[in-house]
Amino acid sequence: MREISAALITETVARLCVEANRNLPEDVCAALHQAASSEPFVPARDILDILVRNEGIARRENMPICQDTGMAIVFADVGQEVHIVGDFEAAVHEGVRRGYVDGLLRKSVVADPLRRVNTGDNTPAIIHTRLVPGDKVTLTVAPKGFGSENMSRLAMLTPAAGVEGVKAFVLETVRLAGANPCPPMVLGVGIGGDFEQVAEMAKRALMVPLNESNPDPSYADLEQELLAAVNQTGIGPQGLGGKTTCLGLHILQKPTHIAGLPVAVNVSCHVTRHATEVL
Amino acid sequence: MKKLTAPLSREDALSLRAGEHILLSGTVYTARDAAHLRMLSLIAEGKPLPVDLEGQVIYYAGPTPTPEGRPVGSIGPTTSVRMDSTTPTLLEKGLRGMIGKGERGQAVIDAMKQHGAVYFAAIGGAAALMASCVTDLQVICWDDLGPESVKRLTLHELPLIVAIDAQGNDAFAMGQAEYLTTAE
Ligand code: SF4
Repeated sequence: MREISAALITETVARLCVEANRNLPEDVCAALHQAASSEPFVPARDILDILVRNEGIARRENMPICQDTGMAIVFADVGQEVHIVGDFEAAVHEGVRRGYVDGLLRKSVVADPLRRVNTGDNTPAIIHTRLVPGDKVTLTVAPKGFGSENMSRLAMLTPAAGVEGVKAFVLETVRLAGANPCPPMVLGVGIGGDFEQVAEMAKRALMVPLNESNPDPSYADLEQELLAAVNQTGIGPQGLGGKTTCLGLHILQKPTHIAGLPVAVNVSCHVTRHATEVL
Repeated sequence: MKKLTAPLSREDALSLRAGEHILLSGTVYTARDAAHLRMLSLIAEGKPLPVDLEGQVIYYAGPTPTPEGRPVGSIGPTTSVRMDSTTPTLLEKGLRGMIGKGERGQAVIDAMKQHGAVYFAAIGGAAALMASCVTDLQVICWDDLGPESVKRLTLHELPLIVAIDAQGNDAFAMGQAEYLTTAE
């Protein structure tokens, strides 16, 4: 049994919070650059150029890319041959606290949804833990801003609604989101599972590298088709018109019940951040 | 590109057209959801606001903490529509401009037309770049709100787009329609 100390978890989470907020993942950067050079509508291209410059300034000057440094969503794949010495969840929260306080990130979490008093250190994190084979721990911190999170939606469609129902729901979600989630967006779509699983799939779909597609060819085609349709809405960068409404769209699918067709769309923005480390 | 200095006169506001790119200098105040609710309760109780809003511009923003040696951390706009229910009351109090991101509801647009006010879009998410356009930050009140406290910012040529002008023209609808016609 391999031992990993809670202190190491804390240190790693703290570092990942800061890194994710300053350095946009390479695939998202590449997609932004690509969009800026291929956008045909001049006002939209000007906006994309500013976004490209912003990403560079954040990286060079160690500044957060966006002022909404998000809630810290932490994905942990814990190898079943690992023994964590200490309290795992407490270690993650402490990592978030240190990352956000010492890293000068914004504290955007309130302790209670109705009383709304800021916790002052961006804790607690939202933690998704999976037990996996092996003796490693993989930690991913994905800070999520709520300008885009607020535009996310979930529907329990009927099986009869089928793929057409899924497409209509995704496009309706994008139209309702409009300019709010700082387009160009990144979209994560979950299909199947149950109510809570489909939402988590949609969130995980945001972390699939933008240059990859679904391993199932029919889903890969659906991703392409939806991306093209979203980029024909005309919403464009910041909702001010243009081709580049969405930088990438991924689907994750899972088995579901004979009576249901759950679908969830997690809307994200051009600052789709995540940083990973394997311990 | 047109350059403006806040606070803005009614004439300033009336001269702007939706879709126009401008550079804003001068003084603006940050206020988000919680500060708007507090301002509304002060108004309901007949008490004075922390800032006289006549001619002022409110920026819907909550920056990251200020690093040493800099005037401000990363700062960009938050979604404006969340402030829609409280905005008409502030426009009645003389508020001349707002900076945020995303569309506004019809009640806000109507109140903007009535009072001669303008709504600017800042580039959402370009917060590291926009920090270089802020030369000073002072917390004015409600420090307990953390990132949501009311702050006075001194701006130097912050790039903005006139999103909705004082005539009610909407750059979102106009821009999208224009792109779709050119794309056909
Ligand atoms: S939607 Fe994204 S880019 Fe826009 S403010 Fe939120 S985190 Fe930043």
